[in-house]
Amino acid sequence: MLILVLKRILLGLITLFIVSLITFVGVEVLPGDACTTYLEREAYGAALEACYKRLGLDIPAYERYVNWAVGVIQGDFGYSLSGEMKINDVLGPRVKNSLVLASASILIGIPIALLLGIITALWRDKLPDIIISTFTIFSMTIPEFISATLLILIVAIWLEWLPGIVIVPTGASISELLPNIILPVIAISMIMTAHMARMVRSSVIQVMSSDYVQMAILKGVPYWKMVFKHVLPNALLPAINVVALTIAWLLGGVVVTEVVFNYPGLGRLVIESISNRDLPVVQALAIILASIYVVINLIADLLTLMLNPRLKSLQIKK
Amino acid sequence: MQQVVQEIKNLSIGFTSKKGQQISILKNINTKIKKGETVGIVGESGSGKSTLALAMMGYVKHGLYTISGECLYQSNNILKMKNRELEGIRGRKIAMIPQNAGQSLTPNLKIGYQIDEALKLHTNLKKENRDNKISELLNKVRLPSPEAIAKRYPHELSGGQQQRVAVAMALAGNPDLLLLDEPTTGLDVTTQAHVLELLNFIAKDTGTSMVYVSHDLGAIAQVSDRVIVMYSGEIVLDGPVRNILKNPIHPYTYGLLKSIPKLTLSGLPDSMSGSQPQPGTIKQGCSFYVRCQFAEDKCKINSPELEFVNEFNTSVRCFNHKKLHKQKSIDTSSSKQLIKKIQKNEILDISSVSISYAKQKFLEQLLNKIDDSNPTVKDININIDKGETLALVGESGSGKSTILKSIAGLIKTKDGTIKFDKKKILSNDLKKRDANNLRAIQLIFQNPDESLNPNHTVEEIVSQPLKLYFGLTGEELKQKIIEVLEKVRLGEFYLTRYPRQLSGGEKQRVAVARAFAAKPDIILCDEVTSALDVSVQAAVLNLLQELKEDFGTTYIFVSHDLAVVRAISDRVAVLYQGRLCEIGPSDSVYKFPSHPYTEVLLGAVLEPDPDVKPKLVAEDIVEEKPPEKGCSFQGRCPRILGEICKTNVPPWQIDENGNAIRCHIKINDLKKQQKLN
Repeated sequence: MLILVLKRILLGLITLFIVSLITFVGVEVLPGDACTTYLEREAYGAALEACYKRLGLDIPAYERYVNWAVGVIQGDFGYSLSGEMKINDVLGPRVKNSLVLASASILIGIPIALLLGIITALWRDKLPDIIISTFTIFSMTIPEFISATLLILIVAIWLEWLPGIVIVPTGASISELLPNIILPVIAISMIMTAHMARMVRSSVIQVMSSDYVQMAILKGVPYWKMVFKHVLPNALLPAINVVALTIAWLLGGVVVTEVVFNYPGLGRLVIESISNRDLPVVQALAIILASIYVVINLIADLLTLMLNPRLKSLQIKK
Repeated sequence: MQQVVQEIKNLSIGFTSKKGQQISILKNINTKIKKGETVGIVGESGSGKSTLALAMMGYVKHGLYTISGECLYQSNNILKMKNRELEGIRGRKIAMIPQNAGQSLTPNLKIGYQIDEALKLHTNLKKENRDNKISELLNKVRLPSPEAIAKRYPHELSGGQQQRVAVAMALAGNPDLLLLDEPTTGLDVTTQAHVLELLNFIAKDTGTSMVYVSHDLGAIAQVSDRVIVMYSGEIVLDGPVRNILKNPIHPYTYGLLKSIPKLTLSGLPDSMSGSQPQPGTIKQGCSFYVRCQFAEDKCKINSPELEFVNEFNTSVRCFNHKKLHKQKSIDTSSSKQLIKKIQKNEILDISSVSISYAKQKFLEQLLNKIDDSNPTVKDININIDKGETLALVGESGSGKSTILKSIAGLIKTKDGTIKFDKKKILSNDLKKRDANNLRAIQLIFQNPDESLNPNHTVEEIVSQPLKLYFGLTGEELKQKIIEVLEKVRLGEFYLTRYPRQLSGGEKQRVAVARAFAAKPDIILCDEVTSALDVSVQAAVLNLLQELKEDFGTTYIFVSHDLAVVRAISDRVAVLYQGRLCEIGPSDSVYKFPSHPYTEVLLGAVLEPDPDVKPKLVAEDIVEEKPPEKGCSFQGRCPRILGEICKTNVPPWQIDENGNAIRCHIKINDLKKQQKLN
């Protein structure tokens, strides 16, 4: 078990290393560099030289990679171009904001998704299923920028209940953020919930038609006891990985939603730094997003491993 | 008058088709289950036997509904009960033992919990008493160390153990009626015989009534007092077990019994043409009309009623049962003998082959070596002559399919060589075999549902080898496909069909056609008939034999069914834990089973005759790995000599019939001992 965990962690680190290489090389081979972008028309002669020197771009690429990588390992992403701020200072509040948005969506979305998925599966082809399934398919197919815009139109403009866009500074505290994030959270959880509810529904239906559930019924196990003891533990196990991917997708910045609501999260930072050609920030973001994916998937795998007796004993045997 | 446990009155169950028609799966079933009685319900797949058994518990599958009739338990119709009432009956009054215990035990719950759940629901025992009861139940089904078993998860048990757990769970509520849905299908012969023996013991011991549903007449014969034969949703025959199996007065039962290969007879069984009609296709007349060899004109128009024949104490649904009775009991001499055309011309030479499933370490992968001192399959030496049918038999885990796969090149061998046609060594790497070698060896798989591409038509399926090996195209290709299909008795009509539009037997014929299209020298048959119904199995066996006589093909036939092997093979190799135990001509292996393992295997085979009981000479333990040293069968051998069996690999001995065995006991001594028993 421990060996397996170590193996997975090692694999994750290798993945991150490859991601860092690809982003670094990608940034290198693109025409132009940080200085030419920053200096624009003045990018020649002494000014350019000075800029190179200041940003440490005058040394060979591999050395720069090593320096950068060492910095990243120590938690230092270097300097951004626009404003010449420390990247850490740029990222910090953004990460926090995205975390707030994501955790709110997760806390609301996952329980609702599980509930809806289980209800639709247990009342399969009956009225509750038909109503909820229509709704979930509907919210899955509507692109988020449309549902987000509609939300703004109805809730913020017509009803005037909530602010339509987020107008708080990037460094705002959580209490300042709260009323503002309600609409973005709704917009994000609608799609997420719909996806997950469909997943849970099909998983529960599959387990419900299994031989062991039929056996439990024929054993005389009362319905709800059967659902909780025999169906759900087996049906929700495969859902863990889907939930993990959804969370990673959330933290990775639901770019469109953040832009629509003007939310100061990671997603908007990605858009901003790409359009500003702020390459050091793009690099840093790539690494951070990749690490989030790796870590969350690792947690999901370990959870599955711990909860599934079949896998657990398989590992012990080896 | 014995007390009646359950009575079924005029029961019809069916579904509504897409066109809105009501289609019956069960038609007007009437029967009574008496106290202490074991009733066998037998029929091929699609006969409605499982639907009937489930209805007896008030369970109707999703999509089906009760059209008419009732299932009375203590004069209450359980099909109309509310869930709350049913929960009080299921498990407590009527319990079910399912077909596939492995899939019927909830994977995330421990064995002990699952039995405890039944106890909690159906008894008033306190916690500590329940723990004792769990051990007691597991003991009763003869599981070793019950406390340890109770702490395990279902997947940590073997198939036989899982089935025993299911029995223990069913017994937890002390039911009046036990329903068994194919409880031994999928188990090894020896395990199957042990489980049946256990069930017989429980029936006697507890006085529980049993309904035993199976397609296997052998198992039915061992446990039942009364047998109900079902065909196409109707009861066609209902009476005492001996009358039904020895004097079948319904043409379907008659044909069914004739199509079962018997252990004591060599030669192929008679096949019944056709297959069971799809539900809803029979509009009028007897549902067996098209396949019946005794049919008359009136059978086409009028449906026969179930009629009680006093003489046999049996109900029968046939106009001509008197005529059939005159045919006398099962005429066994008519089995077709095999025509042997074996040339003394070696086509395949397997020498010292070992196969390992051990995972290669990185270094070994580089050196292309496998380091495993105790491989799954070891020391296999077999020569096969042209035109011969060699059968590999053994329980699951005996390595029979593994050997087949290595001949086909699907698994790499660790040591040894496989030579084809005397000189050509077949590479153990499939990619290195040339087209001609690939063509020469073809495989037919167990389950045609999985081996035929569902998105290809029959034409595309059969055209693959013709295009690949002979480069045929256009009209020539089409003519050849039709020719091959006609060989397997499927005509041009089938060209545009997809596998899902074919019956099980037809699908397997397509698989046979695909193999023969390559004009192979050797065909490897992996359990080719075990997914088929008995009547269809006989037809496929006959077809394989005819094709062999036409083309002089060599077969290597893997099967767990010893009677099928007896019917089709010239020579048999018996395997245990990947090691050869015995190899010899079929007739002599089956007459004098010299090796103790062969004796155990043959003793456990169930004959469709209630007066022939299986002999259980060895425990049905499942060994996970072959022993490191000595004889492979040492762990279960009933005739073990002592230390020598545990340390030395037994030598080969050959008797006068050409039967070779691997045992420390002298072959003649073995035969004497076996005769004494």
